[in-house]
Amino acid sequence: TKCVHLPPEVTATSRHYVDRLFDPDPQKVLQGVIDMKNAVIGNNKQKANLIVLGAVPRLLYLLQQGSSSSELRAECAVVLGSLAMGTENNIKSLVDCHIIPALLQGRLSLSACLRCLRTVFISPVTPVQLLYTDPTVIPHLMSLLSRSQRTQEYITQIFSHCCKTPEHQTVLFNHGAIQNIAPLLISPSYKVRMQALKCFSVLAYENTQVSMTLVNVLVDEELLSQVFVRMMQRDQPIDMQLTAAKCLTYMCRAGAIRTDDSCIVLKTLPCLVRMCSKERLLEERVEGAETLAYLMEPDVELQRIASVTDHLVAMLADYFKYPSSVSAITDIKRLDHDLKHAHELRQAAFKLYASLGSNDEDIRKKITETENMMDRIVSGLSESSVKVRLAAVRCLHSLSRSVQQLRTSFHDHAVWKPLMKLLQNAPDEVLVMASSTLCNLLLEFSPSKEPILESGVIELLCSLTQSDSPALRVNGIWALMNMAFQADQKVKGEIVRALGTEQLFRLLSDPDSNVLMKTLGLLRNLLSTRPHIDQVMSSHGKQIMQAVTLILEGEHSIEVKEQTLCILANIADGNTAKELIMTNDDILQKIKYYMAHSNVKLQLAATFCISNLIWNEEDGSQERQDKLRELGFVDILHKLTQASDPNLCDRAKTAMQQYLA
Amino acid sequence: MDAMAELGAGSLLLGDPAFNYQEAELNERLKRLYPAVNEDETPLPRSWSPKDKYSYIGLSQNNLRVHYKGHGKNHKDAASVRATHPIPAACGIYYFEVKIVSKGLDFLSSLLPLSPIPGWDKHSYGYHGDDGHSFCSSGTGQPYGPTFTTGDVIGCCVNLINNTCFYTKNGISLGVAFTDLPPNLYPTVGLQTPGEIVDANFGQQPFVFDIEDYMSEWRAKIHGMIARFPIGERLGEWQAVLQNMVSTYLVHHGYCATATAFARATETLIQEDQTSIKNRQRIQKLVLAGRVGEAIEATQQLYPGLLEHNPNLLFMLKCRQFVEMVNGTDSEVRCFSIRSPKSQDSYPGSPSLSPRHGATNPNLHSAGADSPTCSNGVTPPNKNKSHNKYPGVSSASSSSSSSPSSVNYSESNSTDSTKSQPHSGTSNQEETSDSEMEIEAEHYTNGVAENPSARIMNGTYKHQEILQAQDISLEDSCASRQLCGGNQAATERMIQFGRELQGLNEQLCREYGKNVTHKKMLQDAFSLLAYSDPWNCPVGQQLDPMQRENICSALNSAILESQNLPKQPPLMLALGQATECVQLMARVRSGSCSFARVDNFLH
Repeated sequence: TKCVHLPPEVTATSRHYVDRLFDPDPQKVLQGVIDMKNAVIGNNKQKANLIVLGAVPRLLYLLQQGSSSSELRAECAVVLGSLAMGTENNIKSLVDCHIIPALLQGRLSLSACLRCLRTVFISPVTPVQLLYTDPTVIPHLMSLLSRSQRTQEYITQIFSHCCKTPEHQTVLFNHGAIQNIAPLLISPSYKVRMQALKCFSVLAYENTQVSMTLVNVLVDEELLSQVFVRMMQRDQPIDMQLTAAKCLTYMCRAGAIRTDDSCIVLKTLPCLVRMCSKERLLEERVEGAETLAYLMEPDVELQRIASVTDHLVAMLADYFKYPSSVSAITDIKRLDHDLKHAHELRQAAFKLYASLGSNDEDIRKKITETENMMDRIVSGLSESSVKVRLAAVRCLHSLSRSVQQLRTSFHDHAVWKPLMKLLQNAPDEVLVMASSTLCNLLLEFSPSKEPILESGVIELLCSLTQSDSPALRVNGIWALMNMAFQADQKVKGEIVRALGTEQLFRLLSDPDSNVLMKTLGLLRNLLSTRPHIDQVMSSHGKQIMQAVTLILEGEHSIEVKEQTLCILANIADGNTAKELIMTNDDILQKIKYYMAHSNVKLQLAATFCISNLIWNEEDGSQERQDKLRELGFVDILHKLTQASDPNLCDRAKTAMQQYLA
Repeated sequence: MDAMAELGAGSLLLGDPAFNYQEAELNERLKRLYPAVNEDETPLPRSWSPKDKYSYIGLSQNNLRVHYKGHGKNHKDAASVRATHPIPAACGIYYFEVKIVSKGLDFLSSLLPLSPIPGWDKHSYGYHGDDGHSFCSSGTGQPYGPTFTTGDVIGCCVNLINNTCFYTKNGISLGVAFTDLPPNLYPTVGLQTPGEIVDANFGQQPFVFDIEDYMSEWRAKIHGMIARFPIGERLGEWQAVLQNMVSTYLVHHGYCATATAFARATETLIQEDQTSIKNRQRIQKLVLAGRVGEAIEATQQLYPGLLEHNPNLLFMLKCRQFVEMVNGTDSEVRCFSIRSPKSQDSYPGSPSLSPRHGATNPNLHSAGADSPTCSNGVTPPNKNKSHNKYPGVSSASSSSSSSPSSVNYSESNSTDSTKSQPHSGTSNQEETSDSEMEIEAEHYTNGVAENPSARIMNGTYKHQEILQAQDISLEDSCASRQLCGGNQAATERMIQFGRELQGLNEQLCREYGKNVTHKKMLQDAFSLLAYSDPWNCPVGQQLDPMQRENICSALNSAILESQNLPKQPPLMLALGQATECVQLMARVRSGSCSFARVDNFLH
């Protein structure tokens, strides 16, 4: 037996209950179970005692035993259900005793069994996977759905609780969850309707297959979306309104409902905005804001509508006022409640602000003008809760897409400081958002660029380029690219030194095309203005030419090749660097090839390169012109003057003029 | 103010069928949105007022379209028009929309959709289209919402419960714009640039914004408030009051067994003694069964002098008796029919006794107070409406009886009644008291559990159902409905009775002067004879068994009054008071009255 830490007298009475389960007389066993039932109700200590004394395996045995009367089985199930209602440890013990397969194999039609099963499954200590290990379980539960309102309530509650991954969604979907559960949405029982609704919200979440099916489902000749709309009516219970709004949100995000559908614009969105109002419970406000943020994230029109609905932007400011100064003094219980939800409220508000401001400049302005908004973001960036920090930096990122805000509020509030601090030590998701925001802060018109440079950010960004996460590598190199744009020689030199040529060329062969693009962008920015071009090329010319050759030969997108040709054009603009091209016949052949390419962008870039090489006013231009004429470039240029694309045509004509002069 | 006397185009279009259709739709929508508004007292806005407008404003399309015809050079050229009537407080929540048909030549379009009565251009509230600002009294604007332009539909919702207002744009609520609004606001629109045209929708068309959904939230809020109204420490007292109300109601209507059972269960006392209740009940049963002659006789026996002191009541009863004779239900004609031996056995003497009634009449005085309509409680129209509206309610509620005590009582009652059924032929006391109780007991004890007033209508309805059942059995016995049951002798008796009734009327005229009501009553009753099928004739309504209720209730009240008991049960008084209160709330501009309607609680 297990180690028992109970006073002997307690154990004795408890043991008596357990002993009676072993009586040879079935009638006495039944009475024993009934007495046990009465003894454990609401008595957590007694529950723990009985579990320790081994009541569970015996009860399970009696439950499964074919010779047990149905009455005895029912009573056993009730006792087990009662034990499950206790502490988390109780549930753990029950699960350890294999109560789930026993209840599943047993005569599940007993609503007491289902009730117990429900209690076990909705506990956080029970692994949800247990529902899926035996493939016969779900079809069996589906078949029991028609039994009674009780079974409907318990089974749908189990489903909605145990559906956590796309795989779970698929399993339930394949077993006809939609057809079986849809009729329950119009059940006379509120609990059944509510649990069925919850099922649909977890099934539809980020699931296109489920969502696409849901839009065509009819319940009593009414479209499911209309049933959901009815459930969102303002006189319905809040929980129902909110969950129905979630269902429609998920269906919309999965592409099953258009974002301009009136059930989204005139019903779901206003319903979610109402959930954010001060009248709602803190939990409801958190869920409402998060769901709304998710709904409108990809759609600027929804963002615009939400931004004018019921003063949403101002309403969200209230999310930061917890715990309120009043609650701290007057009501300790309320303070506790407020404290518990304060983080959740703040992160939800940041998320919603981020979503609202992700596209529209006017909305961003409205957000930054909200009372103390920038201060709140700044303090949010250094909060202890990772969730709040992440949401705050997301919000900052969303606002950082505004040129105006970068120039004004971002600089006024020195947001770069906490942002830099955040970058020192944070989980990857925070780092991705923070570094992405930093990219925007390093744009050439951003007044924060200077102080950030002075804070020694280069090392940090270089280390990001070595990350395993492609998103971090992109952001690191992107920030360096922005930093190098029109930078002075000192900064450029520092970037090259800190990054190291080896890392630079490693990035040029990065499997992620975004990383490659930004690295090329960095190179292009480094190779701007003549003295810089010559300086960089004199020290790294060989490697750069090699890398360029490799990329032009490799399988890359048009954009990558265009960017590479632009780098060549920059090199061709240098004084001494020109020679690196002129002496490389291989490269010249490649340029020639791209001048005759079917893509106009590549033709333009290649022509630009040649144009730089033959420019008249520079030393040695005559020789270069002659050499290129020999190689047949003039013929090509001549052809290009007839090109249908006006830009290309102009560019070729300008180049030809160099020969005529 | 240069209000121009412009003729509304509406009058020219009255014959237009499309317009009439729209008018009907408007009336229906307004009735649905604002059921608490009494339009005789406070008419709803239905169009812009051709009288209350600036001269720069032109109206067309039934005074719904507004266009600007001024110069529009500066702010001084702004012009506005208001609706024909202010918003009645009884709306609770009021809403109207305006569609911007054309924003005008330059970019300035403005709206000021609310203004109170005095100086309607000052002290107004509005939402501007050019900058999205809201403004309140002629002050400077506050940033409020988005701008709006051609094609947008702008709505304005006034919440008269908390005196706030919000606007909508294309069906989206923009949030509260003003608080602490004054009463008696007019929907108003203001324009400022040439070419500006806006169309109003006061309910002529469905609204873009779902105002009914918004109203449903407030209805739920107010119902919740009423349901959770704190009683606090007065809980015990409260319960006693409720029990007393139920008990007195039962006693008033003579539900003797139920009242006794209820008194036993709740340990309360009944003021009136058993026999008195049973007597009243018996008389009521007779009236409700259409056996008015017997009812008169029983009243005279049990309450000597009562009818003599109430000549009006007696006349009403006699008129009814005449109608019931036509109907074939009164015992004076029923006794001629061999098809209903039961009633003949029960009342062997009644035909011979009746003539005596006429002889006693000369001694009558007028009691005067009771008019036929006022005696049936405070809300007679509601009562009738609910009969028609909820024909299935009784069976549903009787099956859902939840309190164990009520089940027990109803069971014991039903055993009583099955026992008494066989005897009913011999003892009419038994018959009248118990056959109804099995149903009544369930209803009233049910009602107590939650809301005593909620079941009143059920009770009355049930009443009705039994009578109808009796009628049906009556109809079954006489293959088709015929005058006086189709019996020649009965018809002769009826005609004779009619003469006596005529005589009684003349006598009353001589003694108390002409009485228009009596004359009308008599005319209506006699008119029945002018039709070959009295049941399907313009005055056939009189034959409806439901018509017995008024007179039954009047007689019951008169008896109670003669015994120095209240002539109305406190429950009905409370109901009447609640109804009056709600109406009073509308007059003192308390908007929540719209969602606190008494009918909402009488299921």
